[in-house]
Amino acid sequence: MSHRLKEGGRLIDRSQPKFFTFNGQSMAGFAGDTLASALLASDQLLVGRSFKYHRPRGIVTSGPEEPNALMNLGKGKTFEPNARATTTELFEGLAAESQNHWPSLEFDVGEINARLSRFLPAGFYYKMFLWPRAFWKHVYEPFIRQSAGLGKAPRHRDADHYEHMHVTVDTLIVGGGIAGLNAAIEAAEAGRQVLLVEQTPHCGGRAPVDHAEIDGEPAQDWVDARVAALAAMPNVRLRTRAMAAGVYDHGYALVKERLTDHAPDPSRPRHRLWKVRARRIVTATGAIERPLSFAGNDLPGVMLASAVRDYVVNFGVAPGRRTVVVTNNDDGYRTALALKAAGLEVPAVLDTRTEAMGALAEAAKEAGITVRVGRGIESVKGKGKVEKVWVCDQTRDGFNADPIDADCVAMSGGWSPVVHLWSHCGGKLTWDEAGAFFRPDPERPPTDAKGEGFVRAVGAANGDWDRAGEQPMQPVWSMPEQAGYALKSKSWLDFQNDVKVTDVELAAREGFQSVEHTKRYTTLGMATDQGKLSNINGLAVLAGQLGDEIPNVGTTTFRPPYTPISMGAIAGEARGALFQPIRKTPIHDWHEANSAHWEPVGHWRRPYAFLQEAESVHDAVMREVHAARTKVGLLDASTLGKLIVKGPDAGRFLDMLYTNMISSLPVGKCRYGLMCTENGFLTDDGVVARLSEDTWLCHTTTGGADRIHGHMEEWLQTEWWDWKVYVANVTEQWAQIGVVGPKAREVLEALGCDLDLSAERLPFMQWRDGRIGDFDARVFRISFSGELSYEIAIPTSQGRAFWDALLEAGKPHGITPYGTEALHIMRAEKGFIMIGDETDGTVIPQDLGLNWAISKKKEDFLGKRAQEREHMTDPLRWKLVGLETEDGSVLPDGAYVAEPGVNANGQRRVQGRVTSTYYSPTLERGIAMGLVERGPDRMGETLEFPTIGGGAVKARIVSPVFYDPDGEKLNG
Amino acid sequence: MVDLASALSEAASSGAIRVEEAGLCGMVTIRGDLTDATFTDAVQAATGIRAPAERGMERVGANALLWMSPDELMLTCDHDAAGDLVGKLESALAGQHHLAVNVSDARAVFRLSGDDGAVRDTLAKLTPADMSVGACPVGAVRRTRLAQAAAAFWFEAEGEAMVVCFRSAAGYVFELLKTASASGAEPGYFAGD
Amino acid sequence: MLILTCPYCGVACDETELAPGGEAHLKRFGPGSTDEEFEGYLFQRENPRGVHFERWRHAYGCGKWFHAARDTVTMEVFGTYSAQVTEPPEEIRAKISAKHPGWSWREFS
Repeated sequence: MSHRLKEGGRLIDRSQPKFFTFNGQSMAGFAGDTLASALLASDQLLVGRSFKYHRPRGIVTSGPEEPNALMNLGKGKTFEPNARATTTELFEGLAAESQNHWPSLEFDVGEINARLSRFLPAGFYYKMFLWPRAFWKHVYEPFIRQSAGLGKAPRHRDADHYEHMHVTVDTLIVGGGIAGLNAAIEAAEAGRQVLLVEQTPHCGGRAPVDHAEIDGEPAQDWVDARVAALAAMPNVRLRTRAMAAGVYDHGYALVKERLTDHAPDPSRPRHRLWKVRARRIVTATGAIERPLSFAGNDLPGVMLASAVRDYVVNFGVAPGRRTVVVTNNDDGYRTALALKAAGLEVPAVLDTRTEAMGALAEAAKEAGITVRVGRGIESVKGKGKVEKVWVCDQTRDGFNADPIDADCVAMSGGWSPVVHLWSHCGGKLTWDEAGAFFRPDPERPPTDAKGEGFVRAVGAANGDWDRAGEQPMQPVWSMPEQAGYALKSKSWLDFQNDVKVTDVELAAREGFQSVEHTKRYTTLGMATDQGKLSNINGLAVLAGQLGDEIPNVGTTTFRPPYTPISMGAIAGEARGALFQPIRKTPIHDWHEANSAHWEPVGHWRRPYAFLQEAESVHDAVMREVHAARTKVGLLDASTLGKLIVKGPDAGRFLDMLYTNMISSLPVGKCRYGLMCTENGFLTDDGVVARLSEDTWLCHTTTGGADRIHGHMEEWLQTEWWDWKVYVANVTEQWAQIGVVGPKAREVLEALGCDLDLSAERLPFMQWRDGRIGDFDARVFRISFSGELSYEIAIPTSQGRAFWDALLEAGKPHGITPYGTEALHIMRAEKGFIMIGDETDGTVIPQDLGLNWAISKKKEDFLGKRAQEREHMTDPLRWKLVGLETEDGSVLPDGAYVAEPGVNANGQRRVQGRVTSTYYSPTLERGIAMGLVERGPDRMGETLEFPTIGGGAVKARIVSPVFYDPDGEKLNG
Repeated sequence: MVDLASALSEAASSGAIRVEEAGLCGMVTIRGDLTDATFTDAVQAATGIRAPAERGMERVGANALLWMSPDELMLTCDHDAAGDLVGKLESALAGQHHLAVNVSDARAVFRLSGDDGAVRDTLAKLTPADMSVGACPVGAVRRTRLAQAAAAFWFEAEGEAMVVCFRSAAGYVFELLKTASASGAEPGYFAGD
Repeated sequence: MLILTCPYCGVACDETELAPGGEAHLKRFGPGSTDEEFEGYLFQRENPRGVHFERWRHAYGCGKWFHAARDTVTMEVFGTYSAQVTEPPEEIRAKISAKHPGWSWREFS
């Protein structure tokens, strides 16, 4: 049984007990424990169930490569699935639950799958669920969904918060082991700005466990001295609990730092995602030990040899009382020696090689450990845990095996350098024959913006570790070598996804030759550990079956992140109020205080309507329209884009951008202008005012301000760069307020103006600068409602005060603020188009009857050539009309006009669609605009609009101008 | 007299550093050819400040000229001085192709103060710009983004940075700066140099 | 994530400070052009595996458009240069030739 040793454990503090729960059961560990070491100390070998067969699973590793010990951590708002117990630091009150079992960890119904394993071979899902097709939706998919997944998705909003951090460094060093520390010192001494990140809480890597001395110094002292030296250097930053997740183009790297996972504190960020720009990256990420493939290698109690000694040395925890070590290399002996030194039994070291004469093997023999060479494991047996190890001749088929009683097996199949970060951005690998692993090929590194290699692997990550006095390892891909189907079908490659040696062999026999295809077919390496343990063993089996060399088969692609990072860390600060910028006008606070029902427009929030007490949104909109049509309304139009275009060539430039003539506009006047893309399609509209001989003010739509500013700059900088024009975006310099309705003039005059607002002195489509009350105003006599209307621009800092002054002055006239929906209804009543409603990126101005705004005199403007194309001049294009339902109802938005017959795809033919549709309180009926084939030529014709769920609405084609067609009000 | 309002009524927060909205500030966008001495001389005549070097700034009293791009400067001044300065620029630049426009009300300005490293740490959480002293010394102007909002900033002195953003985004930017400088969230990366 | 140095303000821009602007050195065809010319201008684009010329805008910065020459496979950047030219400058072409002898892209080589 696994248990806590009486003494030892370099990382734990026995004076600080920490209580935690596992599946609701109370357990204890010490400060410095991982959840895995604390579970082992409490004799909790069984920690989960595998994905497919629901096999009992125990802890296999002591690090981020752990495939089995995945936990649900926390509850409610701090719940997180799939946390690896081996990297989870223990804290007081930690609550962990095992995953993928039902109804309980000990008794799991899904275990039946294991007994059916013969019938669930590789590619089972692909084969089984292929047909009948009809079964997919209602039978197969629900079944697969039910059985899929490990941990549960969190149900609550995450209570923690997260942040990002951007840094630029000369050298990023990943890994704080010997190689990483050495590299950091070297870079720091060369004067580089260095950032060293270490995924665990401690620097030193494996050194303090595996090596007594470094350079003649005790290993821990060596590490401590280097860490202290680095900490004292001003050009070095050292972060622990910081995992480099990925390396990307041009030296970009992502590092996830864990701030409070080990000491929950809701006031602090939980994770910090570092976005590092490094000129050079050094990967000192070490190596990961490989399992061996023998029957029963997935039983709880079978662990990596390195993990066994980590638990003993680091945490004072013995994974078992009697441990059989099985190895194909000298490193396994380190575990045997560590166990022996801790007073634990090692009944035998099974060495697959025919002789054991390395220094470590000799030391083991001297320590009195039985070493059996040329031996392997035929099988490990036991009920839910290791009880007996059957030892056999490695070179044969498992015949004549003899048993050893044991409760733990420490396996070492050799080491694989952690090449992930090297590979993420294109670093290539080379096969190391002696070590039987892939290592970075220094000739083919990932390259940076200059075409130079920017990643360098050092130490074990580069396949370099001290093998002095060691006997060569022997690659072992099957144990025993001649194992038959019975044994191989119980030899696991991927513990989490339940992929066995026989599955990979079957895939190869079925014709899968590419390692990428085999991976997806068998799911090898597709679990949350991403094949950290299974990759090399799996492709060796594939190569063996294909009769090819391992390097020819190659590896699957290494993709970030190295280990999973939280969604919260990716989002960073962008959540809640900071999810997106919310742009606010200077009058926003008033809107908020007056029950605005908001509508998002780009990043702006605009009031859709202002709700009075107990009023529905619809009623509020009706009231607002009515007030503006009969008395006076007030609109916050500050969000409208405002661009100053100035220079000797400004008129010429605007003539190119707008479809109509702008250069001829007299100073003091306004003109409605249309802008098209070079592809001919209408992209924005707005009123242009000429401010002076060489200066124009272009209004854009709310959503168009930045886009059109960019559009202007693009043409000025990249096409007509010799034209003398400057553009400035002054959108936010001005609050813009529409005073709209028959009483508009009276309200403004009540404030006191130094301007004559009369129709004679300031007629429709003109503007004047002046003072209204105490305010600096620019008054535009323009109208988007069809009413007498003034749009007044006031410096933003005066905007709110002006709004308040208008409300006060308008009181006697029943002044009524209105929102965007009333605005939309009024413009629709007038037949004014709206960018985004009547346009969708495929509509040209001619479709909308706006030919009057397209200059015929100009030789060129953006979109002109495109509008000459055959399809654009097709008489059958859908064109703008008004639509009036026969029964006065409101047409559904987006409804299509049906036509008899079907098209080539068997779909109902259509000849138009609704683009805007409202209930008009002015006309007291539904009104709509739409684009209809030859629409303007078909006035009075009745069309049929099928509705969702059957039925149809009939509407008549009418003029789109429903209200005041002669413009008497607007000119008033 | 009209009550003038800045975006956030000088909201402030104190965490790892102090963040405060600087209130109404004057700001004038000036466009012209910075390589043309006729232009820079005229700007100097109007403002009393010589043109700054690339990405730099020049300050004379309450006024400063900031380099924005090869054909753009930003003049910062007192809020009520901006209108007059635009007038002076217009006169001085008459006859030259230029643009000078008051954008004081289109912006919000924040002052970040405290430990120099802590100010840099705060900004580094939000911008991809290199916040090291070497890359962003006192007097260097950096236009970039703070999370999802366009912004410009510069250090007036060690431990004192100014951040400018569009006024409509002031609430968002203030909340960003406040969150990034919250106590308990100090990365201690630039701080502790 | 690319880093491109803006030739107008000298900032080494993070890709997130830039806005991509598609292919470089397009020649505009307006009214009077043939359908083929106009189609080529508006729709026909290179999609090379290797040397490519692009337009970028320093959107979260000085606001200037510029050109970049880079390798779409290795992400090597041969240089950034003014937007106010109709062809890649000689020194950039020489740099590309050194790496990719015999390269060509549209009418340039």
